[in-house]
Amino acid sequence: MNDAVIQLDSVSKIYGKGEAEVRALDSVSISIDRGDFVAIIGASGSGKSTMMNIIGCLDGATQGTYHLDGIDTGTLDEFQLAQIRNRKIGFVFQNFNLIPRTRAVDNVSMPLAYAKVHRKERRERALEVLASVGLAERADHKPSQLSGGQQQRVAIARALVTNPVLLLADEPTGALDTKSSHEILDLFESLHANGRTIVMITHETDVAARANRVVRFQDGHIIEDHRLRDVHAHPVATAVPA
Amino acid sequence: MMIAESVRFALTGVMANKMRSILTTLGILIGIASVIILLAVGAGTSNAIKTQIGKLGTNVLTVSRQTTAGGRAAGGQAVTGPRSRGTNLTLQDMAALTDPVMAPDVAATAPVVTAQNVTGTYQDATHAVATFVGTTPSYFSISNDTLAAGSYFSDGDASSGTAVAVIGNTVAQDLVGSSVTSAVGQTIALNGQNFVVSGVLAQKGSSGLNDPDDIVVIPYSAAQDKFTGYSPSLASITVQAKSADVMNQAQNEVQMILDARHNVTSANRDYQVRNQAQILTTATTTTATLTVLLGAVAGISLLVGGIGVMNIMLVTVTERTREIGIRKAIGASRGSIVSQFLIESLIISLIGGVLGIAAGYIGSAFPLLGTQPEVQWWTVWLSFLVSAAIGLVFGIYPANKAAKLRPIDALRYE
Repeated sequence: MNDAVIQLDSVSKIYGKGEAEVRALDSVSISIDRGDFVAIIGASGSGKSTMMNIIGCLDGATQGTYHLDGIDTGTLDEFQLAQIRNRKIGFVFQNFNLIPRTRAVDNVSMPLAYAKVHRKERRERALEVLASVGLAERADHKPSQLSGGQQQRVAIARALVTNPVLLLADEPTGALDTKSSHEILDLFESLHANGRTIVMITHETDVAARANRVVRFQDGHIIEDHRLRDVHAHPVATAVPA
Repeated sequence: MMIAESVRFALTGVMANKMRSILTTLGILIGIASVIILLAVGAGTSNAIKTQIGKLGTNVLTVSRQTTAGGRAAGGQAVTGPRSRGTNLTLQDMAALTDPVMAPDVAATAPVVTAQNVTGTYQDATHAVATFVGTTPSYFSISNDTLAAGSYFSDGDASSGTAVAVIGNTVAQDLVGSSVTSAVGQTIALNGQNFVVSGVLAQKGSSGLNDPDDIVVIPYSAAQDKFTGYSPSLASITVQAKSADVMNQAQNEVQMILDARHNVTSANRDYQVRNQAQILTTATTTTATLTVLLGAVAGISLLVGGIGVMNIMLVTVTERTREIGIRKAIGASRGSIVSQFLIESLIISLIGGVLGIAAGYIGSAFPLLGTQPEVQWWTVWLSFLVSAAIGLVFGIYPANKAAKLRPIDALRYE
C-alpha cells in the first residue's frame, strides 16, 4: 500500500514560451509520507513557492502528475479542486490571511461553511480547535485585536478545522518575532507528534531544522533531500503554549 | 454553499463599509422614489383632467361659432377676407336641435352668451370673473351644477332678461365673504350693472388647471342686453346627448340640422362641434405623453443609481481581492464567490428599493405641480422588481470578476 500523502512524478511548471521560457520547476519527483514533517527550503526564485502552489492545488502543473492522498489532481476541474483545497489541505500563510473584520471563531469556521457543515456544529468545532491552539478566550476577537502570534494560531486553527490530510505552511514564522516564532514551531511539533502531516516552506535553516526531513530547492530542482529524524521517532513535543 | 451563508458573508461585506453602502443605497433610493413620484404626478394630473371633464359632463357637445378666417364657400370658391362673425348661431338654431324627430338623441340644449373681462363688485370687494355665462336654466343641469344656497333663475327670467345672477363659490367668497349663503339676496354689480344674487352654486373643486367655481351665470337675454349689445348671436350652444353612448349619433344629428339650416357642408362649416369625449381622449393622450416623459427622466436616474451599484461593487471586488484569494484557498467554489458578491449587490439594491418605495409614498403625499400625485400600485411592484433586477444585472459582472480570480493571483495581491 502506498501511504504517500503527496506523490509528484516529473512535475514541471513552465512560464512563458520559446526564448522567454522559464522552468520554475523542472521535472521534480518527490513522495511525502503520511505523518511526516517536511521543510522545503531554498532561496527566492528557487521554485519553492511554485512547489507550494502546486502542492496546495492553487496552481496546476504544466507537465507531470501530482497525486494528493491518492487522487490525481490533474484530472480535476475547478470546482473539484476547490473541494480538495477545502477538505484535504489546511493552509497557513506568512501574513496569516485572516478575513478582516471577522471574529476569530468565524474565521476558523469558514472552511466548514464551504464544506456545508451545519452552523451549530461549525461553531462547536471551531471553538474546539481554537481551544486546542490556546485561544479559547479570544474566539470573539477580530484579527485587528490579536497579536501576530495569536493571528497565526487562529490561521492554524482554521487550517486544522476540516481535519485535513495535509497542513501546508508557507513561511509561517516569516512575519513573527522570535518568541512567537518558537511558539508556532512548538505548535507544529506538537501537531506532528499527534500524527499530522506537515509541509512547511521556509528560507530559514533554523526553522527548517525543526522538521524531520529537509528538501532543498535550487533553480527548480531538488538539490538536497535530507532526513534529520525518522517519522514518529521524534520525542513528544512541548506543551501547547496557552 | 448554503444561501444563508452567502447572505451572512454578504451582510458582513455591506456593513464593512457603511458610508459607502449608504451612499450607494441612496442612489437607488432616489431613482426608485423619483419613478414612483413622477409617475404618481402623471397619474394625478391625468385623473384631475378626467375628473374635471367628467364634472363638465361627458355627454355634452359644444356647438360654437367658427370664427377663423380662410374658410371656403360651397363649390370651392375662395372667400376673400375673414369670415363674418355674424349671426351664425341663433336661438332658432338651438330650438331646431331639440326637434325629437330630427334629433332623437339630443336630451337638452342651452344657449351660451359670453363676455370677457367682467368684474364683479360688492361694497368694497371686487373680483374678476373667470367664466361669465348668459344662458337658460337648462344650463345648470347640463353642466352638473347643484345649488349650495338660494335658487336658479326661471325660464321666464331667461327670456325677459331679469337682472338676477347665480354665482359660483369662489365669486361668492371673494365678494361677500366666507359665509357664502349670505350672498343670496345681495345686490352685486357686474361691470357696473346691478344684479341680485338668486343662488350660489355648490363647490366643484379646483383641478389645478382652472377654477370651475369662478363663474357667474345670468339670463342670456340680460347678457345680450347689458354686455354684448343686443344681437341674436350666441357664442355657443351646449347640447346634452341622452347618454354618453350616443354622443356620436347626437353629434351627427346636430351637424345635419345645422348644415341644412346654414346651407353648408362638412367642407365649409361656419360652426364647429366639440365633443367632451374627444377632449377627454386628447387630454388623456397628452397626459400619457407627459407621464412617459416623466417616467423616462426617473428611469434615467434609476439607471445612474444602478451604475453606481456596479461601480461600488467593482471597487469592493478590487479591494477585497485578497479576501477572495483566501476564501478560494480554503475551499470557496466559484459559485459561492459569485453568490456572495451578487447577494451583496442585491442587498444594497433592495434596501434602496424598499426605502425608495417608502420615500415615494411620502413624497407623493404632497401636492406637486398643482396636482395631488396618485401612487399607482403597479409602479411600486415595478420599482421593487427593477431594484432587484439592478442588483442582479449590475452585480453579475463584478461578482463574476471576483469569482474568476485565480487564487494564487488573488493571494499575491497587495
